[in-house]
Amino acid sequence: MPHHVKSKALSHLRICDFTGQLAGAGATKFMAAFGAEVIRIEDPSNQGRWDILRGMPPYVDERRGNELGGPFNNHNVGKLGITLNIKTEKGRELFERLVAISDCVTENFSSGVMRSWGYDYDVLKEIREDIIYVSNCGFGHSGPYEKFKTWGPIVQATSGLTMSSAIPDQPPAGWGYSYMDHTGAYFMAMAIMLAIHHRNRTGEGQYVDVAATEAALTLNGPVLLDYTVNGRPLRRDGFPDANHSLSPAMAPHNIYAAKPIPGSFDEAWIAIACRNDEDWHAMRDVLVADGCDWAANDDYGQLSGRMGAQDELDKRIGEWCMRRDPFQSAELLREAGVPANAVQTPEQRIDQDVNSAEARLWPTIRQAEMGRVRVDGIPAHFTKTDWSMTRGAATLGEDNDYVYGELLGLSQDEIAGLYEEGVL
Amino acid sequence: MATSSNPLAMMALDDLRVLEIGDERGAWCGKLMADMGADVIKIEPPEGDPSRQYEPFVDDQPHHERSLFFWYYNTSKRSVVMDFNDRSNADAFLKLAGSADIIFDTNTYDPVGRLGVDYHQIMSDNPGLIWCTITNFGFGSVRDDEPHTDLTLAANGGFAWMNGYDDHSLPPVRGGGQQAYHTGSNYAFMSILTALLHRDATGVGQHINVNINASVNVTTEAGSYSWLVSHSTVQRQTGRHAGVAPSMPSQIKCADGRYVNTGIPPRRPAEFGLCYQWLEDEGLLDQLPEAALLLVGAELESFSLADVFRGDNDELLAIFGAGREAFDLLASKLTAYEFFTKAQNFGFQVGVIHSPEEALEDPHFADRGMQVTVEHPELSREVIYPGAPYQLTKGSWGITRRPPLLGEHTDEVLSDLG
Repeated sequence: MPHHVKSKALSHLRICDFTGQLAGAGATKFMAAFGAEVIRIEDPSNQGRWDILRGMPPYVDERRGNELGGPFNNHNVGKLGITLNIKTEKGRELFERLVAISDCVTENFSSGVMRSWGYDYDVLKEIREDIIYVSNCGFGHSGPYEKFKTWGPIVQATSGLTMSSAIPDQPPAGWGYSYMDHTGAYFMAMAIMLAIHHRNRTGEGQYVDVAATEAALTLNGPVLLDYTVNGRPLRRDGFPDANHSLSPAMAPHNIYAAKPIPGSFDEAWIAIACRNDEDWHAMRDVLVADGCDWAANDDYGQLSGRMGAQDELDKRIGEWCMRRDPFQSAELLREAGVPANAVQTPEQRIDQDVNSAEARLWPTIRQAEMGRVRVDGIPAHFTKTDWSMTRGAATLGEDNDYVYGELLGLSQDEIAGLYEEGVL
Repeated sequence: MATSSNPLAMMALDDLRVLEIGDERGAWCGKLMADMGADVIKIEPPEGDPSRQYEPFVDDQPHHERSLFFWYYNTSKRSVVMDFNDRSNADAFLKLAGSADIIFDTNTYDPVGRLGVDYHQIMSDNPGLIWCTITNFGFGSVRDDEPHTDLTLAANGGFAWMNGYDDHSLPPVRGGGQQAYHTGSNYAFMSILTALLHRDATGVGQHINVNINASVNVTTEAGSYSWLVSHSTVQRQTGRHAGVAPSMPSQIKCADGRYVNTGIPPRRPAEFGLCYQWLEDEGLLDQLPEAALLLVGAELESFSLADVFRGDNDELLAIFGAGREAFDLLASKLTAYEFFTKAQNFGFQVGVIHSPEEALEDPHFADRGMQVTVEHPELSREVIYPGAPYQLTKGSWGITRRPPLLGEHTDEVLSDLG
């Protein structure tokens, strides 16, 4: 069985896992990093391609194939991988034996898929009384849109997150990736662990319905209360205005074009936020020392004056920002106590920011076919049971011998027979 | 409409006492615990948590009990005022820490340093204690003394690079709603739960060091793994995934001026057929000369998307183009909501781009209980809050009390400690 020293935080837990892509796979990836034994089940009849990320780019080299997808590897680090055709009778029997020795069953299929195989919470509970069954799907398992399909951008659109990411007089910019696949996975991990704690206290298992759209809806709270209490919708003239800040009120507060860095991209940007008058006074001093006499204008001395003059301030600060590259300006401002930072490119934040190394954020793992490759780590460290990541995503059926042999006690001959019958 | 929690029902975390010491960066983590039943005691300085001064206010009247920002992030918590600059509070703080299962702090008020108490003593006197620190760059980082906000952390950690418009003269966009802080808090709560399950099994607590910048960094999907795996860099695009190479637009303006995200347009034979049927249902066939191509597409043997992306099969390209034209035409005739529901009923993964309040009032979310009523007796109001982020069927989510008044529970909490 699996190699290497693992965290003991969750090593007493076993998860029978159908999750895939990111919205589900991210949840069990987190738990696997803390030692949970996550047994990821893939369908041999389609080579595990229910998970569309299997085999998808980026790739480490010129090779292409089902075991070489960068995102699939990233999201499935540390999990065991088995094949199982649940549409066969023997497959169902093996699945039920796995459920019997697992704490949780997890999946993020479209609504109704598990039921179409004959499994829902009541059936799983008959197999194991205290089983925890967590299902994560875009719109959840009830309501008018139960049958509607989603992926990250659709979750973000329907929940308000796409619309609230925009600047005035422009269409929604939205999120340039599936923020809610990551974050839906975070809420799924929370839900799994909440249900386990409940079981630890009471002995009861349960069914949990996670709808990524609802998790997303909770991420715009103050805007929603402004509507339910004050009747002020976010859909109004001049809004959304995501680079400014009304809640709390701050000015200046924006992302400004900066002088590009030679040899890098032909654009560069800096984010600046004055939290209060003290920050502005410090920024004013930096600007005045740099020959920007306009900054000394008393009208800007107090927040109300700056809030009312944001366009003018943004224009002038924008001119100042073009004098230097964003790292130079940000350092000048931060030394004066003003929050400021370059809009970092992936290379800058991953390979040049000192915090990456401090946080040991990008562990190098080994995947059987890809070889050594870096992946997203966990942005937290524990004093006693810290996470580890050493092994990449399992290749198709990589752990069949361990799971069917050691865990379920099947002989090598029996396992060989199951392959022949198309069960594994 | 759902109401806040049933006072008799067990909640998953109602066996836990939590001390929340810190600012808005951790308040979301505290809310997630409190709404699952934990007794979250928010320790505030005498002047109150800074976010009590944040807009928006009830009826736009500034007051430390009327901040809707503070309200949202502090439901179900109790408030205790304690001045860490007054060392005579050290004893009360130690007793409180001794009664806690979890402490989480944002390293803002430094109770240990200011009160002159011994962190190691607290941990050894209470061996099951889980102490989680949430800071911008991780406790002890060389960068942790730098000034930052949600905006600058979103810039540092990679959110901002990903979001924006095809027109790169427009700036990158942060994304609304303080998502950098949320992401740090999400990781803090996941970490605390992990340590809690370990404690359930062993009785042993520990310290957790959560890093907001790192949390943002690992919440950027292809932004990170494109660089990690192939040293390629994604570029922002309007309303869709940032890409290493440009992709087709996926955001369409509908007849009512609102937008939909068209997700993945028709690309399978059956989908071309459904698209044709939809045009027919709407009486629009005669307005799309290319519609006949959809029927050709519907009769195709299965093909690989690689055949399309290669760009040398003119018939396939024309069929895919007809699918996009059909969506554009339908959108020009339908409202965004009609386009969304009709498309989904045909099986297309399409999303209406709701504003947050439209989402809250959408019949689906209303049906599922996303509008939760909380009594605010001081203002003689019932206030609708967004509901549960996950639906546990046992020990489930609920708002157990309205956000606390400043120091509302100081006396009851401190007198209970004896």
